[in-house]
Amino acid sequence: MTDIAISRPRRMMTRLRLGMPRLVLAAALWLVLMALTAILADWLRPYDTTRMDLSARLVAMGTPGHWLGTDELGRDVLSRLIQSIRVSLVIAIGATILSAVFGTTLGFLAAQFRGWVEHLVVALADFQAALPFMIMSLAVLAFFGSSMWLLVCLMGFYGWERYARIARGLAISASAQGYAAAVIQLGASPRRVYLRHILPNVASTLIVSMTLTFPEIILMESGLSFLGLGVQPPESSLGNMVGFGREYLTRAPWIMLAPSAVIVLTTLSISLLGDWLRDRLDPTIR
Amino acid sequence: MLNFLFTKIARALLTILLVMTFAFVVLRLSGDPAQILLGPDAPQDAVDSFRARWGLDDPIWKQYLAYLRQLFAFDFGISMRDQSPAIELVMERIPATLAITLPALLLKIAIGIPAGVYAALHRNSLADRGVIMLSIFGFTIPSFVLGLVLVLVFAVTLGWLPAGGQDSWRHAILPIATLSVGGIGILARFSRSAMVEVLGQPYIRTAMAKGLPWREVVWKHALPNAAVPIITLIGFMVGALIAGAVVVESIFSWPGIGRLIVVSVANRDLAVVQCLLLVIAASMVVANLCVDLAYGLLDPRLRHRRAAH
Repeated sequence: MTDIAISRPRRMMTRLRLGMPRLVLAAALWLVLMALTAILADWLRPYDTTRMDLSARLVAMGTPGHWLGTDELGRDVLSRLIQSIRVSLVIAIGATILSAVFGTTLGFLAAQFRGWVEHLVVALADFQAALPFMIMSLAVLAFFGSSMWLLVCLMGFYGWERYARIARGLAISASAQGYAAAVIQLGASPRRVYLRHILPNVASTLIVSMTLTFPEIILMESGLSFLGLGVQPPESSLGNMVGFGREYLTRAPWIMLAPSAVIVLTTLSISLLGDWLRDRLDPTIR
Repeated sequence: MLNFLFTKIARALLTILLVMTFAFVVLRLSGDPAQILLGPDAPQDAVDSFRARWGLDDPIWKQYLAYLRQLFAFDFGISMRDQSPAIELVMERIPATLAITLPALLLKIAIGIPAGVYAALHRNSLADRGVIMLSIFGFTIPSFVLGLVLVLVFAVTLGWLPAGGQDSWRHAILPIATLSVGGIGILARFSRSAMVEVLGQPYIRTAMAKGLPWREVVWKHALPNAAVPIITLIGFMVGALIAGAVVVESIFSWPGIGRLIVVSVANRDLAVVQCLLLVIAASMVVANLCVDLAYGLLDPRLRHRRAAH
């Protein structure tokens, strides 16, 4: 068993390295750049995000010292952009992990216990599918008011039903296969069966779903922030930069264009990478 | 068939009940509903009569049942902003939203499906790659970015179209364009992969081996089979007709449902939010139910199988 557990990731990596098209490579590089920006935000920022310079308001792009221009209060757009990338990525990564863990757990529980647990999970998934996520988030934000923690938790529910459906289906078909039955016969606890044996076997499909959910969460968060109901000032995210930049669309379009470009490039890159990963990893397609 | 119908309807009702429960739980968790629904400076006797009417001093399960009874009687409370029934406010906004979402849906279908099918029939050609790239781009670009860029180009720079408002049909062009781009991308991609999958099936090979002309194979054998998943997706889009334009309506100050949600959420006008929640969920559930029924008609295999998941 241990042999297989060790060699599987290695085989996965060799499969990944073979023939990465240029476009996908560019997408991967862009994502690495974004990740580095998010991690090193504090060192990369030329100015403090809230530092105002009233003598240099609405300075155009390309001005020395303010390469991406300044906003209506004379705050440096590049510095704010760097900070926003960090905030948006942290929310999106946190939420993607939350929803994957939550959904997969519910899916496994449904597969293990069947009966009413399964019915409950399926009914909850139906509920989630019936209510557009944006509307549900808006309702929750209306009732509780917006805060950073609430936002991450809320986004953490995005797409859980997809993982639950996949995990449930895969776990049911896996437990019908010999290897799961064998370890159960050997006396392994259900926890061990699911975490050590079934999870590694279904992981690639779940990872592919994560690459689908991740850009959607970025879009959802930036949409909410754009509407002024997500990340609240003084904190900034890519979406709320676009939202505030919209007021200056005619006079200073760069305030809105820079974060828009980052959102589009990032979601595009993840989609390209995710597509390519799906073709490589998803056993149902091969 | 009757069993299938019954299970589907029962599940739809259960879903609606869950949405109602969700609204109830969230409303109770966030504070005193009398204060919230009537506003902080409501007179004490109004609060008291509200508490009595909604039975807020009863045990929680009794309140829950009373709440459900109110909802089934279409009593969704009063908007605290202009004191009219929430349901009226919601209903009068629906036509404006449909005026942009319906044409957008037609555009998505009219452009997305032919593009996807064409790409599938000419796999790995230049056109296929073009369709794939454009559709990925179409659905990854957020509507608020696309909308603002369209405003910047067509309203601000070129001055051809108005940037916002609802005075003539010209005002609807940019919102409809913004709404349809993403859906066109999704439908094109989806119908391409549905079609590619169908074209790889043995019965297509059989049809071709029989010597049927290619045109007939595509129209009579491939398309009807590829239609099943595509119709599901269109069903989702129909369900989203009412709720799918939140961001776009905000960009173009279009006075529809989406605008109403954003304004009500910002003002914490909770009676309206709750009403919107239920109306939107009901429209989604009805659309899904119709898709399920259409499935039963289109795909005889599903009719006979037990309707469980």
